[in-house]
Amino acid sequence: MSDTATNHASVNEERQKFYRRVMVYVALTVVTLILAFPIIWMVSVSLKPTVETFSLPPRLIPETLSFDGYVRVLENPQFRRFLLNSYILGLVVTLLSLVIGTLAAFGFSRYRFFGDKTAKLFVITTQMVPTITLLIPFFGVIVWLRLYDSIWGLILTYLTFSLPYAVIMMNGYLDTIPKDFDEAATIDGCGPLGVLFRVLLPVAMPGIISTAVYTFLLSWNEFLFALALTRSIEMRTVPVGISMMVGEFGLKWDEMMAFSVIGSLPVLILFMLVQRFVVSGLSAGGIKG
Amino acid sequence: MSRVINGLKENGTPYFFLLPCIVILGALLSVPLYKVVEYSLYDNVIVERNPTFVGLQNYSNLLTDSAFWSASVNTLIFTLGSVIGHIIVGTGLALLVNAEIHPRAQTVFRSLLILPWIFTAVVVALNWQLLLNPFGVINYGLTEIGLIDTPIDWLGDPAFAMWALLLISTWRGYPFIMVSFLSGLQSIPKELYEAAEIDGAGFFAKFWHVTVPQLKPVIYGVALLDLIWTFQLFPLVWLTTGGGPGRSTEVLSTMTFRQGFVDFEFSQAATTAVSILIISAAFTILYLRNEKQKI
Repeated sequence: MSDTATNHASVNEERQKFYRRVMVYVALTVVTLILAFPIIWMVSVSLKPTVETFSLPPRLIPETLSFDGYVRVLENPQFRRFLLNSYILGLVVTLLSLVIGTLAAFGFSRYRFFGDKTAKLFVITTQMVPTITLLIPFFGVIVWLRLYDSIWGLILTYLTFSLPYAVIMMNGYLDTIPKDFDEAATIDGCGPLGVLFRVLLPVAMPGIISTAVYTFLLSWNEFLFALALTRSIEMRTVPVGISMMVGEFGLKWDEMMAFSVIGSLPVLILFMLVQRFVVSGLSAGGIKG
Repeated sequence: MSRVINGLKENGTPYFFLLPCIVILGALLSVPLYKVVEYSLYDNVIVERNPTFVGLQNYSNLLTDSAFWSASVNTLIFTLGSVIGHIIVGTGLALLVNAEIHPRAQTVFRSLLILPWIFTAVVVALNWQLLLNPFGVINYGLTEIGLIDTPIDWLGDPAFAMWALLLISTWRGYPFIMVSFLSGLQSIPKELYEAAEIDGAGFFAKFWHVTVPQLKPVIYGVALLDLIWTFQLFPLVWLTTGGGPGRSTEVLSTMTFRQGFVDFEFSQAATTAVSILIISAAFTILYLRNEKQKI
């Protein structure tokens, strides 16, 4: 008798749980669709001929599918130049930050030394300095160093946000590797560099990849320095290039949205490939700008 | 002798690893921070070879400039509004994604919900200009359901521009809070919820008495970080409204940029930049005091 009663209660509870789960799925799907709508709409407009951009009622699926925007953007050598600049800049900044940042992270993670806490606080603090405050003097210094309108000026200034990020991220990953690894390797005759390169880095590969992806993303998306420290059309990056389209190309929405899609694809693909690793890192990096 | 050298080698090792990083960061920060203060004490810097020393003149100009005060008020509204928006949307989504659903589905929803963060500010700005356009989808939807009679130029009307900007900023920034809270939520021991359930706590009681206190350290740090970053944010404002219409959405960062790169008044720009630095330094100290305990 009491057995059936408990059975009944647990069946009820199961059913309630099931309904609750269905509700969560429905809510998540609706919210996600609403929040992803701007992105979906961007793709939709990029595939419409310009006359259809504001046609009423709005259609998600274009009446006439048109790849004109994409073709015009990809055929334009200026846009290809923007993409090339952003790739080169992103790769150089990522590589530099990763190498210098990993060395520093290794020092922080594996040694206790005089001034270690101060040095770490200093690295964290550098992330907090307002970009706009740095920009004004950077402009003066970069012009003075004759690095204005060159990729070197951008590489140098990008390190102010990419390097602290790389240090903090890599420090976090190296901290998760037990010290026994180092000791075993030291007994086998490895020096500190041997420990880092032969033992720790292979284990920390997911961390390195996610740090690299996110550093690349920060560099790819940066706008303020790229806008103010370059001048010629040959030196512009993707974000600045897109922003210039508004004035120079008389608001052709299909082209602008096509270039936005093309310009977002590299980071989107990278992010999707490694999102498992990256998500945890996002919270450490924030977004400056 | 060799022991001394060995000792040096032993103790010197970490400094060797840190040296490149600290030297580069030190140079990249100390030089501009020194320079920006110096610029703010001179007149006609950068554009002229021999600028004149004017002491605190630029500061008194700034403090008596009504544009500075209206930009400060806008910055306050923009920063607080954005951070509150991020926290509300971010917390709600973190709770929803953290609900007991299939881990696969959880991963998919989480990565889809992070998307607004992945795009560069220019793309975000263009997307929303398209949506908020007088002939755009949002106006169409609102007129169809009868909320408004005639389309509104959300970004071009001084009465609505700040609200539109806050909407865009909320959309762009909530993923940071969501991701941070999500990892915080997943570290709360399940036993606490079970114990609360035994005591008869419902959903809201559990949220208020278990989730919030457990998340408190995370909330404080993350909110401060968000505040510091939003306070100095430039691209999103510049690219959506450009500080306009008029000066209705002009914040301190766009004002600095305008003074420097539109009006070529770099001394005045440096002065505004220093004021931004001072305010964000105050928040940074709060953040570091919190962070220090974790190191």
